[in-house]
Amino acid sequence: MRDTPLSNCEKLFLLKAIEEKKRLDGRQTYDYRNIKITFGTDYGCCIVELGKTRVLCQVTCELVPPKDSRPTEGIVFFNLELSPMASPAFEPNRQSELLVLLNRQLERCLRNSKCIDTESLCVVSGEKVWQIRVDVHVLNHDGNLMDAASIAAISALSHFRRPDVAIQGRDVTVFSPEERDPIPLSIYHMPICVSFAFFLQGSYLLVDPCEREERVKDGLLVIAMNKHQEICSIQSSGGIMLLKDQVLRCSKIASVKVSEITQLINKALENDKKIRKEGGKFGFAESMPKERITTLKRDEAPVEMTDVKETANDIVTRTETSTEAYLIAYSMGTWGIASFRTDSD
Amino acid sequence: MAGLELLSDQGYRLDGRKAPELRKVQARMSVFAQADGSAYLEQGNTKALAVVYGPHETRGSRSKSLHDRAVINCQYSMATFSTAERKRRPHGDRKSSEMSLHLKQTFEAAVLTELYPRSQIDIYVKILQADGGNYSACVNAATLALVDAGIPMRDYVCACSAGFVEDTALADLCHAEESGGGTALALALLPRSGNIALLQMDARLHQDHLDALMEAAITACKGLSKVLDGVVRQHLEEVSVLTSD
Repeated sequence: MRDTPLSNCEKLFLLKAIEEKKRLDGRQTYDYRNIKITFGTDYGCCIVELGKTRVLCQVTCELVPPKDSRPTEGIVFFNLELSPMASPAFEPNRQSELLVLLNRQLERCLRNSKCIDTESLCVVSGEKVWQIRVDVHVLNHDGNLMDAASIAAISALSHFRRPDVAIQGRDVTVFSPEERDPIPLSIYHMPICVSFAFFLQGSYLLVDPCEREERVKDGLLVIAMNKHQEICSIQSSGGIMLLKDQVLRCSKIASVKVSEITQLINKALENDKKIRKEGGKFGFAESMPKERITTLKRDEAPVEMTDVKETANDIVTRTETSTEAYLIAYSMGTWGIASFRTDSD
Repeated sequence: MAGLELLSDQGYRLDGRKAPELRKVQARMSVFAQADGSAYLEQGNTKALAVVYGPHETRGSRSKSLHDRAVINCQYSMATFSTAERKRRPHGDRKSSEMSLHLKQTFEAAVLTELYPRSQIDIYVKILQADGGNYSACVNAATLALVDAGIPMRDYVCACSAGFVEDTALADLCHAEESGGGTALALALLPRSGNIALLQMDARLHQDHLDALMEAAITACKGLSKVLDGVVRQHLEEVSVLTSD
């Protein structure tokens, strides 16, 4: 189904507001929306909520033969899907431009930056390696899918535990989680994408655009960084003309945001670890708020109607009448206005 | 790739170039008679072929045409014999789709599309031999093809790749330098205004080195624009000599 196009007055309103440095939800130019990270009951499952944008990520693994060109390295495979429940514009099984861009950016951000140690995923060199599969599903589209997807992917990867293996010669035994504790992946650093949307021929930029702002943008600049101030990937799209200083300024803003978000992810991981250790309840069901009014039922309330007439008359007489009144007369094209004054009663 | 030094102590790279040197660029325009514009460009060992058809009526669905601008349709593909191992899927895979999208966006910004409403301009680029800097060669070849087709543009679109090794920025990377695991930046520039039409970077780089890396790429692009300009002027001379009496 085609997305309803944005009306001209909405577009102009958004652009005018951006010119005056105002945003629809009252944020500042460089502010992120509220980020909430929750982990599921299985290891490697994570939901990230960036404002209303919701993204689910699941990490799984299996033993496969390695690639011929790299026999001692494991394989990491990324797949991002735009679920039709996220937006009426997403149709199932349709290769849209947005899907290609998001997938490639996710791959570039996480694979080319070598954040996961693939050599440690090797079990038997040349024969069996772990293939880690990262599936990201977009559940609700309210702008800035790239950032939410990258946060979800890296949180899920940090949360994931793979089964322990024992090698005896050529025999490989994979232990189930009950027999031996599963092992976390070795992750060198956490690359996180920060999106900058440009408006009005590159004169204004916003961090973390919401869906309405994304529709009127000219172009997008995505910078993936980690907290050690290393840039993992830069991608400009949309055909905007940038200047070198703009890019350098954006990278400085990105480094600040990334360190905040990395702290958030680490805190969420710590919390989850603590709760699991203490034997408390964890998982998605726990993260949904329970104390919320989902239905509102009101009984019929009786209203006193006996002395309504007297009360109404009281109100009418007690209000002051105006001292001046204008009378407007109209007769076949001629207007006449007469005014007269009355003394207050 | 152990033992291969990307930058020797004397400052020489794998193919004997110095750090800011570009590879040899050779180009030919109007290589095909059938197409409206075509160009063949060699940047070192990377060979790219670009063909432009248009502006013409929007083919296929009417809904794709825009009422006030021309639509630019790009297709990027690599020949199966272009890489060391035979390429099994020359087009349709994610990398090619992404490259096509980026090429489309780059040229949508540079071509004066407002002059041709409700029409379509097709740009087809094929890599015949890939030796690093695929995207840059495509953009340069497509620029020449658009000039050959007579489509008005704001400026030449020049692209170049750049890398960073041991605190030195290298311009115009070859395949060994790109896949060596170091940083690779691809940049498309409109030289006269200094506007960056596309910026793409992979692999880790510390934030402080970004400035030097971008400067190297921008200087390389400006140098490349002079070469492209020379090619266009020479082609014009040849053509005018042939058509005059």
